[in-house]
Amino acid sequence: MAKKKQFTKEQQKYQEFAKQREPKRKVFKNCIRAFISGGIICTIGQALQFFYINSFGFTEKTAGDPTVATLILASVLLTGFGVYDHIAQWAGAGTAVPVTGFANTMASASIEHRSEGYVLGVGGNMFKLAGSVIAFGVFSAFVVALLKITFKAIGGM
Amino acid sequence: MDKFIWAFLVGGGICVVGQLMMDVGRLTPAHTMSTLVVMGAVLGGLGLYDPLIEFAGAGATVPISSFGNSLLKGAMMEAEKSGIIGVLTGIFEITSSGVSSAIIFGFLAALIFKPKG
Repeated sequence: MAKKKQFTKEQQKYQEFAKQREPKRKVFKNCIRAFISGGIICTIGQALQFFYINSFGFTEKTAGDPTVATLILASVLLTGFGVYDHIAQWAGAGTAVPVTGFANTMASASIEHRSEGYVLGVGGNMFKLAGSVIAFGVFSAFVVALLKITFKAIGGM
Repeated sequence: MDKFIWAFLVGGGICVVGQLMMDVGRLTPAHTMSTLVVMGAVLGGLGLYDPLIEFAGAGATVPISSFGNSLLKGAMMEAEKSGIIGVLTGIFEITSSGVSSAIIFGFLAALIFKPKG
């Protein structure tokens, strides 16, 4: 709020005007869409997991790897054919949050920057968006792991 | 059959959390995904994520938050075996399949497909 004081009256007026004109985000509708599409992707994942357990003799614990790999392959193919972006437009976070969204960002970034060459374009831009997920994931996991080890060493938990 | 229903409900629920972050919190998808990964690691550290996986199956393993949990689990597993250095060597142990398949398939896609639109 302190920031608002720095604007002149005219600017404040404009900001209010812009706020009124800004399209209202349909939060409820978007949430339902995200719920349905995200739920469907997870159900497909569950079906794949059962398939790998029953047909290839994976255990409940190891079946996660081939399941995730299959979902990633499917998402990369859909991205390549340009279908994933259409689905994502409808589904919002429903396609961004599952692991398929992670694969989609990597595949689309590498396809998009292909014209800049394979080394700088594809290789350099592949992690443009996915890199933040990996960086934050690794760092937070590192901090939590250190905390846990310290607690254990002290004798707690 | 129960597993499918819970996978649908929990997986959908996590996506709604992401959607709320994007719509109400006005975060970009990249911010949302990073936040969810950090949340997954923290929940894993509190010992809450594994029970959720047991309960909801793919509903908890498919969303990106499980990436954070798996990173932590790999780090802790190696740390128990080989001490503190295990945090560094084990952190990608479980997530390796996801990260490397995304790299490999993504690279192949860049070789095959041309940008659209």
